[in-house]
This record gives sequence, structure tokens and C-alpha cells, in this order.
Amino acid sequence: MIRRVVVFGAAFVGLAFLVLPVVAIFARVAPSKLIAQLGNGAVTDALRVSVETSAAAQALVLLVGTPTAVVLARRFRFRELLVSLVELPLVLPPAVAGLGLFAAFGRFGLLHTTIPFTKLAVVFAVAFVSGPLYVRAAIAAFENVDANIVAASRTLGAGPTRTFFRVTMPLARAGLAAGAALALARGLGEFGATIMFAGSLRGVTETLPLAVYSEFNVDFDTALAVSALLVALSAALLIALKWRPSLSTSRFRFAASS
Amino acid sequence: MATLALDFTLPLRSFELTLALEVERTVALVGPSGAGKSSVLRVAAGLAPGRVTYDGEDWTLLPPERRSIGFVFQDYALFPHLDVRANVAYAGEPDAWLERLGIAHLARARPAELSGGERQRVALARALARDPKVLLLDEPLSALDAHTKSEVRHELSELLRELRLPTLLVTHDYEDAAALADEVGVLVDGTLRQLARPAELVASPRDAFVASFTGANLLRGDARATGGLTEVRLPDGVCVYSTDEARGPVGAVVYPWDVSLAREHADDSALNVLHGDVSSLAEVGNRVRVRVGPITAEVTAASAERLGLAVGSPVYATFKATGTRLVPL
Repeated sequence: MIRRVVVFGAAFVGLAFLVLPVVAIFARVAPSKLIAQLGNGAVTDALRVSVETSAAAQALVLLVGTPTAVVLARRFRFRELLVSLVELPLVLPPAVAGLGLFAAFGRFGLLHTTIPFTKLAVVFAVAFVSGPLYVRAAIAAFENVDANIVAASRTLGAGPTRTFFRVTMPLARAGLAAGAALALARGLGEFGATIMFAGSLRGVTETLPLAVYSEFNVDFDTALAVSALLVALSAALLIALKWRPSLSTSRFRFAASS
Repeated sequence: MATLALDFTLPLRSFELTLALEVERTVALVGPSGAGKSSVLRVAAGLAPGRVTYDGEDWTLLPPERRSIGFVFQDYALFPHLDVRANVAYAGEPDAWLERLGIAHLARARPAELSGGERQRVALARALARDPKVLLLDEPLSALDAHTKSEVRHELSELLRELRLPTLLVTHDYEDAAALADEVGVLVDGTLRQLARPAELVASPRDAFVASFTGANLLRGDARATGGLTEVRLPDGVCVYSTDEARGPVGAVVYPWDVSLAREHADDSALNVLHGDVSSLAEVGNRVRVRVGPITAEVTAASAERLGLAVGSPVYATFKATGTRLVPL
């Protein structure tokens, strides 16, 4: 009896601790006022910057990350080492990531570019921290594709390219989509690397998370409104990730029950 | 008819697979699992390296998609995201093959909704839709239950005869091999031990592996010549006789259907006699497989009943010296 009270008590405290800050964002100010604040110029600017940079970063991650994952899903020497290098940005402190980008692409960095403090810098920072999430998921998705089915496609007259688009990609699709959603969610919330490498210029590099921080010092209600918007976006992505209908199994279930 | 020729050495995990083989009609490779059977098909298909020629054309450097092969994988490897018709259409014109293999009514079904026998037909239709010059079948019957298996085996054997394509199939089941193929090769540890017509393999197995794969009893013993016949002394001291000549450690090969059972000791010097208690009885169709001491006999159900056989009953197993083959161990 006592053991049950302790266990359930701990579970209750744990859940409350995780849920309370999210509830507080919506509880402090009336929903109508939150929505009104979204018309605020600082908020619309930040939303526009976030949507533009996230879309560009996501495109970059998918276009470069997919071929990277295809290569890393094969077996070869030093594969583990390369995979670890790809995963490194995941465990780097964001401030270190931002500094690294600066040291690489800054005016006095290794490549001497003028990228810092531009919108492209935001795209780079977001892609740098979100890309590894996608590549990791994509490697796993490609590894899970049955090698015999790929071989069968070749024996049926399809070359490597046709086999990739007609067989490998469709079979890896669910895993790729999950990785893409995860990367998008992580990218939307990117803060540390962005503020180091791109700064926080309203309308240019100030994304939604950066707007939360700058409004926090000026207008707490606006900061709350932006936060509420981010919570809604993140929750939508999470739901899309969890309740993604699975093509192959849904038809099977339907057939089995009829 | 054209010929598919293989001639290669392929290093596998624990041994080298070496094979020189010409396939003109249907050849079955049998052997224990891990003998390298599937690797032979992978070489023929271009999924593993090795010298392959078809009708004088060198296929060795061609990728799989440029060889004219129909490959039926052991697990069928159907595309799970495509329906049956799309699976077959992936390789070529589907409808005629769906019709011919009796699966036209399944055209809209997904592979996950099919039974084992249906999947096998889809895999065959897909392989044939490419209009291949060579057919490769990996364990075509092993994923099927016993009931479906005999039916599919019969259909497959008819189909192979009609297609008249050089066909290479691998199986671990000698009976399937004998039923489907004109020639059977026994592959053990990457080496072809014997290649012959099924009847020849049974009549004169080259070694103990071949004998055991064709379903024979193998009695290990020591051979020496005794006026006309060869005497093989078994470990328990009992001797059996063969008309084959051999010396030293040998296996005496006796087929279950060449062994008869009796309640009394038959007095005939041309007969080998082993005495023992029945240790197991198993019905196979209208015949009964009876285990007596070191040997298995296959007799008709009627004679098993006449003898009143039961587990534990003493019985004499007899077989002719002329029907006892000796193979070196």
C-alpha cells in the first residue's frame, strides 16, 4: 500500500513538473489576448524569419542528408567513425556549435565568408544542429530495408537508380518522414548556435525562440504569446510524428478484420 | 537448348565455394544448410562475383539487371508496398502470367495478405514476367506447409517442363530435388561431391554424405574381403555383407525400401540380418517407417499390421548383400 502511494506520488510529481510550465504559458494571459499579441510586428517578423529559415534549412538537410545517409548505411571501413562525426553536433553545447560555425565561416575564419549575421547564417545554424537528427534516422531507415528485396529488384531488370526510387525509398519512407519531423522540430527551437552565429536582428535573423528571449526583457505578454505559438507548433509536429498512418500495415489490418 | 555455365571460386565465411557446373535443363543442388547453395545462385544472378556464361555469352561482368534471369528468392522478396499485379508488372507484362499461375483474382492484394503458396506463385510470376533465359530458384518449397508443398511441387515440376529453360534450383530436401530436377548435385562445405541423375545417386552414392542425403541408412564399420563377398564388421560385432569391394573403414548404404521385416530368422546366406526391438514407428502415407536397432525399414502398412509391429516388439530386419552399397568414410 505504502509502496503504491510512493510510486504514484512520484509519478504525479514528475508529470506535474513537466506539464506545469507549459500550462502556465497559457494560464497567465487570456487566449484572446495571446491571439491579439500575435499581430504585434515583432511577432510577425519573427514568424516570417522562422518559417523562411526553417524551410530552407529543412530543404538543405533533406537534399544533402539523404545521400549522406545512403552512403553511411553501407558497410565499409571507418563507417562507425564517420557516423560518430555526423552525430557529434547532437551532443555539442549549442554555444560551441555557434562558435565553431563562426570559426569556420566567419570573416576571419577558415573559409573567410560574409555569411555571419545574415539569414543564411540562421539556415546554417539550424541545419547544423537539426541535420544530424535526420541523417541518423535516415541511416536506420535505409539499414532496415530488406537487402533481398533490393537484390530482387536488380534481378528483375531495374538498375541501381530505378531500384532506389521504386523500392528503397518507398520502403524507407516512414523512417525518413519521422527523422524529417524530428529535425524540423529541433530546428524550429534552435537558439544557442543561431544567436552566436547569426545574432538577433529583427526581421532578418530574429527567429521565434530569439524573439521570446528579446521580448522577455521588454514585454512579458508578447514573450508569452510567442511561446504559446511555439508550443502549438511543436505539439503539432509531435502529433504528426506519433499518429502518422502507416500505409503497409493499415491495409493489412483492414483486410484481416473484414 | 542453351546452356548456363558456372565456373568460379568464391571465399565464404568458413570455406571456399568452388564449382564448375553446366545447366542445360533442370539441375538441383542439395546439401545441408550453410553448404554454399544460395551463394551459387547469387553468383549466377550477378549478386556475387564469379565466372558465368550463357550460350557462349560472357555474363561475368554484367550487373544483375543486364542478365536475363528469373530469380525466385527463398523468402520470395515480394515488394510489400506494391500489390500483386504491380509486383509482377515491375518485371514485365503481368496479366498473362497472373492468369497462367492462377492468381489473377489476387491482382489487387498486398503480399502481406497472401498465404505462403500464393506468395510463391506471385514470386514465380514476377520472375517469369521478365521473360528470362535462365531460372534460379532458392528453396522453392521450403517455406510451404506439408499439404501445400506436395501440390506446389507437382505444379512446379509441370511448369518447369513446359518452360524448357535452363533451371538451377537449390534445396536441402533430396525428395524435392529428385522430383523437380533432371540432375541432382550434392554440395557439402562448398564442394560438389557428386552430380548425377536422381536414380544414379540412389544406386551408387559416391560417399557417405551423398548416401545420407538420398535418405539411405548408413552403417559404419570395417570392411575386409571374405571369399566373394565383402564383410563389414559393425561396432557391436555384427557383420553385414556386400557385393561391393572395399577395405578399411566404410559406410554400408541400405535404402529403407530395400529392408524387409520378419518375425522369424530367415536362413539365407545372401541376406543380411539385424535383430532388434522396434524403437519407433511412423506412418508415411500408406507406408510405415520402422526403426530397428541401427536401421530404418520402410514397409507397407498392410505388412506392418500382419507382423503386429509395436514399439518394443522384437523383429528381424533383412536386406540383400546385392542391395548393400559400400562407400568410403
